[in-house]
This record gives sequence, C-alpha cells and structure tokens, in this order.
Amino acid sequence: MAKRIDVSGLTAYYGSHKAIEDISMTVEPRSVTAFIGPSGCGKSTFLRTLNRMHEVTSGGRVEGKVLLDDEDLYGQGIDPVSVRREVGMVFQRPNPFPTMSIFDNVAAGLRLNGSYKKSELTDVVEKSLKGANLWNEVKDRLNKPGSGLSGGQQQRLCIARAIAVEPKVLLMDEPCSALDPISTLAIEDLIGELKERFTIVIVTHNMQQAARVSDRTAFFNLAAVGQPGKLIEIDETERIFSNPSVQATEDYISGRFG
Amino acid sequence: MSTAATASTLKGARLPKWSPYAIAAGSVALGLGISFAAGLESSIQWALIAGLLFVLGTYVIAARVEGRRQAKDRIATSLVWVAFLLAVVPLVSLVWSTVSRGLKVLDFYFLSHSMGLVADSEPGGGIYHAILGSLEQVALATVIAAPIGVLTAIYLVEYGRGRLAKAVTFFVDVMTGIPSIVAGLFILSIMLMFDMEPFGFAGSLALAILMMPVVVRSTEEMLKLVPNELREASLALGIPKWRTILKVVIPTSIGGITTGIMLAVARIAGETAPVLLLVWGNSLINANPFEGAQQSLPLYIYQQYANSAGAGAAYDRAWAASLTLIAFVMILNLVARGIARWKAPKTGR
Repeated sequence: MAKRIDVSGLTAYYGSHKAIEDISMTVEPRSVTAFIGPSGCGKSTFLRTLNRMHEVTSGGRVEGKVLLDDEDLYGQGIDPVSVRREVGMVFQRPNPFPTMSIFDNVAAGLRLNGSYKKSELTDVVEKSLKGANLWNEVKDRLNKPGSGLSGGQQQRLCIARAIAVEPKVLLMDEPCSALDPISTLAIEDLIGELKERFTIVIVTHNMQQAARVSDRTAFFNLAAVGQPGKLIEIDETERIFSNPSVQATEDYISGRFG
Repeated sequence: MSTAATASTLKGARLPKWSPYAIAAGSVALGLGISFAAGLESSIQWALIAGLLFVLGTYVIAARVEGRRQAKDRIATSLVWVAFLLAVVPLVSLVWSTVSRGLKVLDFYFLSHSMGLVADSEPGGGIYHAILGSLEQVALATVIAAPIGVLTAIYLVEYGRGRLAKAVTFFVDVMTGIPSIVAGLFILSIMLMFDMEPFGFAGSLALAILMMPVVVRSTEEMLKLVPNELREASLALGIPKWRTILKVVIPTSIGGITTGIMLAVARIAGETAPVLLLVWGNSLINANPFEGAQQSLPLYIYQQYANSAGAGAAYDRAWAASLTLIAFVMILNLVARGIARWKAPKTGR
C-alpha cells in the first residue's frame, strides 16, 4: 500500500537555471506532509520531481536520489510511466478531460493503461468516486461531461481519477487554491480520509490549511530571486507552527516575511 | 425637489438610434445624384462616392452633436461597415453571376451524363465524368496527404525538438509557397522519366503535395490549443505518452483537425494547373484513376471555356460546372463545421 519516500541531495534544473538545490527529506507512509514557502521557492518543482513530472517540462533535469521504499526513481532502467502509476498527482487547476464523461474520466487511468472488463471498471469508478466523496453528487449523471461540474466537484473528480489507479503516493499541488472555502473544506476532509490509504504530499500557500491537514510540514525558501530554492526545515506540524527551530520559518509563518 | 435643475454630468447629447441608417440613405442618394449630374455611368463610382460621404457625414454630424470622442467612435464603426460591404460585394456578385448563369443548363441530365461525343460547340452533354474524376483524384490526394500531414503536425507539436523539428517547420513553410503548376511539373518530370501516359493518380500526387503543408499548419495550430494541463494530467496517471496523444490530445482537438483537413480539400478541389498537366482531360467516363486520362471539374471548366471558340452552349456548361464546384466546396465546408460542432468538447451539465 502506501510507500515511504526518501529524498537525498536532490537538485533540479530548468535548462541551465537551478530551481532547487540539495534537498533531503523523508516522507513517512500514511501521513500528510505539507510544503509551504513563498512563490517561486521551488515547492511545486520539488513535488514534480517526486513522480518524474519535472522532466516533462522542456529542459527539466534532476540530480540526486529519490527512493520509493528503497528503489531509486531516477535509477537505471526505471520507466517514468511506471513511476507515475505508483505516484499519482492532483494539480492546482481542476483539469478533467473535456471529451470524456464523468465515468470515463475516472476510468481513464485504468482504461488507457490496459484492458479492463466493464464490470470491473464500474466497481472501480464507484469505489473511487465514493473515496473522493463525490459519488452521491454524480451517481445519476455519470455519462454527462466532467467539465459540467462545479470547480470543487471537478477537483474531487480529479482526485477520484488519481486514486482510481491505486497509487502508493498522492501528490497535490495547491489543490484548493482555485476553490471556495466550502469546497476547500470538502477536500481537506477528504485528505484526512485518504491518508489512511496513501502517502500524501500537499503544496499549499494557505498556512491554516497546512496546520489543519498535515502531520509534518516542510518550509522552503530562496535566498533571492534567481537563486535556487532550498529546504529550510521539516518537522512535526505542531512544532513548525509553535516553535520552529529556524528564525526564517517563524518570520514567514507569522507574516513578517519580506 | 431640484432633480430637474441639476444637469447630469453622465449624460451627453446622443444621436438617435436611426441616425446611422439615415446618414447611409442620405449618402447613397447624394452619391447617386452626384454621379447622375456628372454623367458617371459606372455603378462602382457612385458606390465609392456614397461610401466616402457616409464616413465623412457620420464624422461631421457626430462631432457637431455628440462631441469629438463619440465622433471618433462612430467613424471607426462606419469604416468597419464600409470595409465589410466592400468585401461582401465581390463575393455576392460572384455567387450571383455563377448561380444565374449556371442554372441555365444545370439539371439531373447534366449531372449524370458525360460529354461523350458531343462537340464543344454543340449543346447537350454533362459533367458526370468530371465529377467522378474530381472526387477520385481529391479523395486519393486526401488519403495520402491527410495522414502524413496530421502525423507531421503531431511530431512537431508533441515530440519535435532541436534541428530536425526546425528543418521540418522550414520545409513545410517552403511547401506552402509552392505554386500549383510547379507541383504539377515535378510529378510530370517523374512521369516522363518512366515514359508514362497521363492518369488520374498522377494528379492526386501533385494535389497531395499542395495539400500536405496546409494540413500540417492547421493541425499544428489545433494541437497547440490543447492545454498542457490535460497532457500532464494524463501523464500523471501513468498513461504512456503515445496513448496520451491518441486518447486525450487528439480527441480534444479532433473537431479542429477535421475542419482543417476539409478546408485543405476545398482548396485542392479547385486546382486546375497540375490536373491539366497530369490528368490531361477526357470527354468520356473513365472511372479508373490509375490508368488513362481523366476529367476533373476545374479542368472541365477551363477546357469548355478555352476550346469552344465562343460557343454559347460551352459557356453555359462551364458556368454550370462552376456552380457545381462551388456547391461541392460549400457542402464540404458545411460538413466540416458540422463535425467540428459535433466533436467539440461538451460543457453541458
């Protein structure tokens, strides 16, 4: 089921620009880890290195190690496609496939990865939509297009789509930043339920959200614009928000930053 | 209550809603009057005078009543209208003259019979052989050019990096500029090397050369419109890149891609020069595009007009064939629009 992530000495580039430098951390299985920090400090870049989505951007490359239960994601002979089946991702803006129905959206991961029987698919789709707390809202219109849902529903549809392929780790890149408070609450509750089954890493700009949903919090910062982002500290969320060991963290959290 | 006394600072004098129409009617009348008085006979002249008067009149009247800013706004609007009419007039007159002259001999007999042994100067005969030839040549050209064009565009947008992609883009640009006669001569030179007689498929090859860059360009633009987020969403599900392209990117843009292909088909359906060189023309029905000279609609129009030495019957047939060709292209465009609407991503709730 859920797997542990061990990152050591990770540096990521966009072309010749170094975006993040020498990051090492451990993400425990069945926990929620939140990444906070100012814009441009490399949180999202770091998140995308965890399922090899970073290299999809042109010029993106990585040095260092990311171990997923002792297997290096950047090792020789590792297929990025297989990595992404184990490490799923939810994006900032809800992005259901516009040509597909709600059912097909959730089934997309399974269907496009290989052949599945219709009855199996129906079960998986129902389970995933229930897992994303969306089943009751859409069960009567599974054949309608996914883009007809509200923003919050679309984002939960994307979460259902991501968990349908049973990943070991779920990465979330600011999943609530485009949503209203009620939809945000729905997704935060969902994160609480999902952490029973998955390892969850979430990037957020909302510090209350980090405090509410995460077990551990990592603070990223960059020395100046154009400099690579660095991991300042990672600790229990309670520690980070009450008594962080680095002054910069406290400044950022209490709003005395910049 | 002093509401009447305080003048609103937000309200200004406005011309009534009907004023643009009144100014237009006035300038048309004045234009007619001036050209009549000056003894000008061409209808283009009075229309140009009327257009000029309309733009100037709008500006002067609006400037006096409403002020300079509103006058500038109105002059822009009136210029757009005049430009629109200038663009529409040739189109309408072209369609009108084709329809009015083409309907004379256009009937079921005309569409279902070939010229056979009817001489160019005599009445009778039809364009069945030309329609058949055109359909076959265009269909074969599309079968060749559409897949190559779409695949090239997919390569350029999804995979192309570095020198090869730049070279391909450059050569596609060059191909766009190839005159149709040059494409025809290119195929002709190959035909002559192998000592071949004209046949329909040779024309298809030249048409395919002309069609390919158009398909590449339009497909490329359509694929670029697919948001990157969709590709990333699919890749993040562990779907391989080729399946992402096949199942997410192409379905999202299929409407635009088909429209582009249909427009390219419409473009080559009217090509005459390469067909003249390679397919030769034939007054008999030849359903086999791989052997023997064939006919095609644009070539038929040209030959009826050029070879008839002023015979009225041949002119009538040329116009009727033109009307058929325009109708064919129109139908293709409508089909393309239908497909685009049918396949467009749905947003219904």
